[in-house]
Parts: sequence; structure tokens; C-alpha cells
Amino acid sequence: MKADPVKRSLVLALLVLLLSGCSGNWGWYVVNPTTPSGWTNLKFMASGAYYTLGMSITAILMSVVVGLLVAIPGLSQRRSWRLFNRTYVEIVRSVPVLVLILWVYYGLPALSGITLTVFWAGVLALALSDSAFQAEIFRAGIQSINRGQYEAAQSISLNYRDTMRYVILPQAIRRILPALGNQLVYMLKMSSLVSVIGMQELTRKANELVVSEYRPLEIYTILVLEYLVLILIVSAGVRWLERRLNARDT
Amino acid sequence: MPIISLRNVSKNFGDFQALQEVSLDVALGERVVVCGPSGSGKSTLIRCINRLEAHDSGEIVIDGITLSDKPAKLDRIRCTVGMVFQQFNLFPHLSVMENLCLGPRRVLGLSAQDARARAMKHLERVRIPDQADKLPRQLSGGQQQRVAIARSLCMEPRILLFDEPTSALDPEMISEVLDVMTELADTGMTMIVVTHEMGFARRVADRMVFMDNGEIVEVGAPKDVFTAPKSERFGTFLKKILSH
Ligand SMILES: Nc1ncnc2c1ncn2[C@@H]1O[C@H](COP(=O)(O)OP(=O)(O)OP(=O)(O)O)[C@@H](O)[C@H]1O
Ligand SMILES: [Mg+2]
Repeated sequence: MKADPVKRSLVLALLVLLLSGCSGNWGWYVVNPTTPSGWTNLKFMASGAYYTLGMSITAILMSVVVGLLVAIPGLSQRRSWRLFNRTYVEIVRSVPVLVLILWVYYGLPALSGITLTVFWAGVLALALSDSAFQAEIFRAGIQSINRGQYEAAQSISLNYRDTMRYVILPQAIRRILPALGNQLVYMLKMSSLVSVIGMQELTRKANELVVSEYRPLEIYTILVLEYLVLILIVSAGVRWLERRLNARDT
Repeated sequence: MPIISLRNVSKNFGDFQALQEVSLDVALGERVVVCGPSGSGKSTLIRCINRLEAHDSGEIVIDGITLSDKPAKLDRIRCTVGMVFQQFNLFPHLSVMENLCLGPRRVLGLSAQDARARAMKHLERVRIPDQADKLPRQLSGGQQQRVAIARSLCMEPRILLFDEPTSALDPEMISEVLDVMTELADTGMTMIVVTHEMGFARRVADRMVFMDNGEIVEVGAPKDVFTAPKSERFGTFLKKILSH
């Protein structure tokens, strides 16, 4: 139901593009799936999705874990733990993602002697950058849970870990799922920046094709559509998960 | 020897003294009803007994254990003392059965099967065995509060604390909860009940405690205090409450 206007506008956008392709300015042949070379080009472009998705999903999983680990001291009674949380969040979220990618890929090996592959450097930078936002999302989510839930857990002697694991986090996660979905969308888009260190993801593939074919308009249009499709799928997935988690609650 | 013993217990919230040198002994199997005007410190008193609040001075001894900050001791006391809240505080994302089994499984280390058996036993006791697989929000207020009582019972406490257990309920559901509490009292459970249900107090209480301004003003058997309260404050309070 809800997807209908989205689908309609998608079809409309495609139509406009195809129609305008009839005028002389467009050269859709580069990505025409009915010709062998166009099909090869399309496959070449689409193959980047593997890394875009792979990096984004790995990074989001890492950033959720790190975000949670940073969020919990932020809820502590102890000032020093809260200070750690604030410092981490403020520093990490003020570094531009692109800068972080360059720093992790070129700077970190010089600093630590560990060389990371392009993929892992990208994942690490994306995860690090996102973890500050995840930490804030988790902190707000956990804080939104009623005090009575902690007191009930205490009154049946649950320890802190079990209280979090069985009582607080399951409720908090339901509340923050939409925000986590947003972060995943954001991550998919941010992963395009990893192209600058040579990751063969969607954006990099498009760039390379542009260099050889010199049809930027068509190729970048396809790139836009690739991200659009990817993100629509991810959004639908997140909504499905939300419905599934909430199904029990209604 | 009393199972609960409070000696000159004080509790401050900032500058505000919520409890002032409160002393009270409760014997094993005794039923104590606490009443008093709003803000008089009734909740604070029972919350100190199971350490949801830490008292500032004085001594609280429960079942021979002095309350302090040592975590190991706290665990033992919380297993001894159960608590039922005004707002039920059930875990909304867990089914009734899961609400009941969580403590026995994670804290007492029961197997899934034993925990379920124990949960069923207590659900029958509060007369809602058929609601085991429902979520709390699918139940009425009275049923939710009875689930909360069953959840406490599943930890097999020796003492049960009730903080205005019927105050959040619609009038027609109050009696089903009070009936369950009366039956509990009949089994010999030690209970401290904060409530304004004077009919329940008259039927069940061994002793009434009247609090005002963070102090225990009067303690006495229901039949005595209802006919002839010693303090004027208690008299006025009772008159107000009974005229409703
Ligand atoms: N966490 C807290 N921080 C500050 N003040 C508090 C806190 N808890 C309770 N108080 C204050 O302590 C006093 C006693 O509170 P308490 O909840 O024990 O009263 P009560 O007798 O249970 O009242 P009621 O009938 O309204 O539940 C009140 O004035 C209340 O405002
Ligand atoms: Mg109260």
C-alpha cells in the first residue's frame, strides 16, 4: 500500500529518462541491455553492489556493537564514564567521513604498522564514523525506557547484564529500529566515499566506466538508480523487520 | 526475632527528609498495612526495605542480614523480599509466562521446565492460568496486577511488599486483586501493604501503621485504631478516607 506512490514515481522517472533518451543529447547505447557491449557495461556497474552492500552491512554491524558499548557508559552514574561517552561522541562525529577514510587507509598503517586492505579500511572508517551516531541513538532509546522496568527487574534480583539483555535492550531496540534503518541508508550512501581509496564499489565502477566510455550523463544516471533501488530494498527490509517485531505487541 | 527490623531509619532527597528516624519491627507471618497522606513517605519506607532506595542513616535488618551496599548481600535480600508496584511494571515485550520465568531461570537457575511448572502453579494461585501466553497489554488491569503478584511469588520470597497495588485499577477490578492478596495472607506470607483500602486492612492486617511527614505517627491493631485512634492526625485521616 505504502510503496505505491514510491513505485509510481520510480516508473515515472524511468519513463522521463527513456523518453529524453530519444533526443540527440543522450547516448543510452552505453547501457543498453539489448546490445552485448551495453549489457557488459551494465553488469560491470552492477557488480559494484557486492562491495557497497558488503561494506555497509559489515560496517553497520560493527557500529551497532561499538555504539552500544559507548552508549552504556553514557548512562552511568559515574561522571568519568559519562565523560568518556561524551568525548568519544563529540570527537568521532566531528571528523568528516572522507577524512576518516583517508586517515584510516593512509595514516593508520604509518602509525601502527598494520596495513589494512581497502575493504577493511573502508569498513573501519565507516563503522567508526557511524558508531558515534549509534551511541547517541542507543543512549536515547535506553533512556526512554521507564524506570519502573529497572525496578521490576531489580525486585526479581536480575543483575545489570540480564536486566539490559532481557528487559531493557529488547524494548529499546524496538523503539530505535526506525533510526537504525536510517543509519543503514546513510551508510549505503557514505560507502560511495570509499571509492577514493580504490574500493571497487558502485561509485568507483561508474567512474571507471565514465573514463573509458565518456558518457557521464547516462552512467551517473544509472548510478543514481542503483543507489535508489538498493535503498528502497533496504527500507522495505527494515519496515518488514519492524512489522515482524511489533506483530507480537499488537 | 522479627524478620524485618528498622532502627531510626532516615532518608533524604536533597534537603527534603522523606523518612525521619523511622523504627518498625515486623514478625514472621505478620501482615502490616501502611497508610498516610500523599507524600508521607510510605513508598520510600518500603522501597528502602528492598533497597530500591538506599537509606541515609539508621539500620535495616532483614532476615538477619543488615542492608548495606555489598552486592552479594543485596541479591540475597532481593530474593527474600518481593515487591508489587502500583503500575504493575510487567515486562511489556514478554508474554505472561516469560515474565514469570525470567527470574527463576536467570537468578535461581531453574531449568525451563521447572520454571514453567512453577509459573503455572502461581498463575493458578492468582487464578489466571489460561492467560499464560498472552502479552501483558492484552490483559485487564486487574489481571496484569495479578500477573505481577505471580511474578513476585515465582521467586518464592518470604516477604512481599505492596505499594498501592490497587490504586491504578478501575474500581470493578480492585476486589479481584484484594482477594488474591487476602488468600496470600491466609497462607502465612509476611506482607507489608501500602494501601488506602480500609476494608482490606480491617480484614487482613495484624497491625496498622500510620505515617505522616516521614514519621510513623501511630501503630496499632485495626480494631483499636479504627474505633479509637490515639493521635488526632490519624483520626482526621481515617475520617476523610472512610467518608469516601
Ligand atoms: N526520587 C525522589 N527524589 C526526590 N524526592 C522524592 C523522591 N522520591 C520521593 N520523594 C519525595 O519524598 C516524599 C515522600 O515520597 P513517597 O513516595 O514515599 O510518599 P508516599 O507516602 O508514597 O506518597 P503517595 O501516597 O503519593 O504515593 C514526597 O514528598 C516525594 O516528593
Ligand atoms: Mg507512594
